Amino acid sequence: MGWYAPELFTFCSFLVYFLISLRKGTRRYVRFLAQVLSFLGLIIAGASILEEGEFFAGAYRVDLFSQVFKLLLALGLFLVFAMGRRSPEEVEEGYLPEFYMFLTLGTLGLMMLVSSVDLISLFIALELSSYSIYVIVPLRRGHGAVDLEAAAKYVFFGAIASGVMLYGMGYLYALTGSTNLHHVLEGLREVALEPMGVMALVLTLVGFFFKLSLFPLHFWAPDIYEGSSHLTTTYIATVPKVGAVALLLRLAFLAPQEAKAFVEVLVVLSALSMTLGNLVGLVQRDLKRLLAYSGIAHAGYVMLGVLALSGEGGASATYYMAVYLLMNLGLFLVVVILSRRGENVLIEDLKGLYRRAPLLAFTLAVSAFSLAGIPPTGGFIGKLLLFTAAFKAGHLVLVIVATVNTAISLFYYLNLVRYSYSREPEGTSEGVALSWGERVLCYLYIVLIIYTGLFPGPLMKIFEAASLAL
Amino acid sequence: MELELAMNQLPYPILSTVIFVPLFGALLLLLFEREGTVKGIALGATLLNLLLSLPLLLRFDPRLVGFQFAELKDWFPSLGARYALGVDGISMPLIMLTALLSPLCVLCSWRAIEYRVKEFMFCILLMETAMIGVFSALDFVLFYIFWEAMLIPMYLLIAIWGGPRKDYASIKFFIYTLVGSVLLLVAIIALYLHNGTFSIPEALFKGYSFRFQYWVFLAFAIAFAIKVPMFPFHTWLPAAHVEAPTAGSVFLASVLLKMGTYGFMRFCLGITPRASVHFAPLMVVLSIVAIIYAGFVCLGQEDMKRLIAYSSVAHMGFVTLGIFSFTLWGFKGALFQMLNHGVTTGALFLCVGIIYERTHSRLIEDNSGLGKVMPLYVAFLGLFCFSSFAFPGTNNFVGEFFVLLGVFGVNKAAGLAAIPGAVLAAAYMLRLLKRITWREGGEQAPLADLNTREVIYLLPLAVAVIWVGLAPKGLSAVMEPTLQALIEALRVYL
Repeated sequence: MGWYAPELFTFCSFLVYFLISLRKGTRRYVRFLAQVLSFLGLIIAGASILEEGEFFAGAYRVDLFSQVFKLLLALGLFLVFAMGRRSPEEVEEGYLPEFYMFLTLGTLGLMMLVSSVDLISLFIALELSSYSIYVIVPLRRGHGAVDLEAAAKYVFFGAIASGVMLYGMGYLYALTGSTNLHHVLEGLREVALEPMGVMALVLTLVGFFFKLSLFPLHFWAPDIYEGSSHLTTTYIATVPKVGAVALLLRLAFLAPQEAKAFVEVLVVLSALSMTLGNLVGLVQRDLKRLLAYSGIAHAGYVMLGVLALSGEGGASATYYMAVYLLMNLGLFLVVVILSRRGENVLIEDLKGLYRRAPLLAFTLAVSAFSLAGIPPTGGFIGKLLLFTAAFKAGHLVLVIVATVNTAISLFYYLNLVRYSYSREPEGTSEGVALSWGERVLCYLYIVLIIYTGLFPGPLMKIFEAASLAL
Repeated sequence: MELELAMNQLPYPILSTVIFVPLFGALLLLLFEREGTVKGIALGATLLNLLLSLPLLLRFDPRLVGFQFAELKDWFPSLGARYALGVDGISMPLIMLTALLSPLCVLCSWRAIEYRVKEFMFCILLMETAMIGVFSALDFVLFYIFWEAMLIPMYLLIAIWGGPRKDYASIKFFIYTLVGSVLLLVAIIALYLHNGTFSIPEALFKGYSFRFQYWVFLAFAIAFAIKVPMFPFHTWLPAAHVEAPTAGSVFLASVLLKMGTYGFMRFCLGITPRASVHFAPLMVVLSIVAIIYAGFVCLGQEDMKRLIAYSSVAHMGFVTLGIFSFTLWGFKGALFQMLNHGVTTGALFLCVGIIYERTHSRLIEDNSGLGKVMPLYVAFLGLFCFSSFAFPGTNNFVGEFFVLLGVFGVNKAAGLAAIPGAVLAAAYMLRLLKRITWREGGEQAPLADLNTREVIYLLPLAVAVIWVGLAPKGLSAVMEPTLQALIEALRVYL
């Protein structure tokens, strides 16, 4: 199998959905097909994890780092598709092939993104994934005005972020005379301490801050989460963030160790992001809005690993993203299942969940505890790794801010558990029936989240090797 | 102090076994639906675990200073965290206490839990795993994971099977303990950055600078003081106790509170000895305040569970008093008191559970006049009440006596100040016993006396009360060398 297998396979799946979308008639089988194809994609991404090489005149690099992230992206895509049984309630059946097509295309863009080592290929890959997502945000049944607003916001913010990023890339090119990241790195050494160098790097990162919903580019998140369909939100909340972190790591590692001003900018953004996300998260009633603010806060946490500028930090950030993928998908699974007709789920709807669906309540509890960083879940080990990496890099104050934030965030995560366990269900709320596929997913998330919390060793070994490949 | 790890010589890794048998039991019972089977598996797993833990007691070598039955495996090399287990004279008796109480908790929930029995037993077994794990972990990450893992099943025990105010009580319990845990984590990370390892034995008696010790002690002390709970951090305890189901109360009182005092003995004394000495006067004062204050609060209680919960605060005050007296007698008394409180208060909560199943009330008034209708019950209750206020011949007498002996040796004023607490204990326990036995005006409706199951789970505790009360020497011999070594190591700082 060639080095391009994951990309090629994703591209082929995209073509399959494209051909199906051209035909008229029933397309119920598309959902099943999407699950099969994305699962195959996952296997292929796993099989090509050891591929290596440089292509297109050094603009595209396949190494352990990129392959690990491709695997995570493929996993994310598969898990999003796997929870899609109830999606027809949400997305018009006629649009299903397009829906799967654009999600697959977006993932293809992200896969190319994590392999890009040239500013131009990087920009193309990023836009490929962005445009796919722009299209699917408004695909939601019966919420005309809301989702159009969400879509418009997303497009505008996204376009502006891309513009700013291009501006930064222009500076990088002007400073170093090259678009290849390695040449840029060498060129930057001389100007890293100058304001121009710092500005160029920070502006270039803006596009990724946007995807990751890091302060001050987080404005879109709550509205998009609330306005778009559950599956789209699940996708936006997980997969693109993994890609963004990959590229942030690649770019941040370009900065020479002595670029204090650059790191300081990241420190401030990280601290503000987690504080803002957690404080606003405290007052949210809509579960998806709450998760949006939680995402903003987690963007701040994961920056601890990025700004440590060390192999250890990189591996920690990767580990955290892997766990983040799982625990967020776990919570979104609960949202998707609880929402019968595609309506948004409020915290009040969780009341007495443990009586209505014990397994679902437990999935929610494990995911929420993991997001809050309580052992024995993966979220705890992830945070511990991030905090120690940042601590070793000398960011004591930031670690303290992050610790305090963890304590604050605990309140609203715990609130979810509290509603589902110690509040009695209201009058006539009937049980929630789970299909066997949903049961399997629930068990999968519970087991994986606890596994990553108890046996971080093997995974960490891979991620450490991956960040050495940078 | 030179600490050595004596590796496990038994044919099976005893500590891992004792930790994970309940967990496997918990996973096993998930496969079954019938209530009877589920209960049977839970009881079987806890009894098997008690049996398997016996060699810890029988093969324990009291002459060894340091940790025994040790196990050491690589677990998380990139952080330097290892899977390290081991016990000494402080932790071994506490593990035995946990192993003894777990089957009793299963038995006492046999009928009391009416819904979601499977999930209940699952939580109980998870609790046992986590609790034994806390006492045997010799690595900070492992310790912290067990420490926190306990929180979730305990929260669920209160939140699902609790009383009418379970929502308030469970959340208060969780938030209080979690704030403590965050501080604990900060202290652990600080130690890791200083030592470069998470190993607990390697962190003991390292001669850190006083400034470092000062802050680490504060972080540790607040975390543990919440868990104990010491005055003024005790307010979560009565709420949690009152709302928790009987088995939850027993675990909470008998084992969870001990983790705070265990933490003081293991970490505060060992890692921050100078700061411990520095803060000792404050800790002693807080202990005495807890003893006296909780005693007065007990006098006014109408709810049996609240009364026993507050009496726990007073008893734990004796434990912290003993620890911060820095004498061998004080340490010994504290450890004795930890075990005794586990036995006696656990038994008292079981007694409340028994009567609650019959009258569905925990108010003293509704349950008075039992002397005639439930003589056997009152006999057991009487024994445990006497034990609770440290009547000579019962276990608590030994513990409190040792503590006072230690305290008087160093500071007469502190000793004298604690004495009224002992008197208050007699007052409130006798008041409780009197009103339960006799009744003013009218007779108590006929109630069934103890059945065999109930006698079975009260009897071991009753035997322990009298045995330790009359022959404390065996237990004392187990813990003495460890405590002796601890006090020797501390002598430099006094």
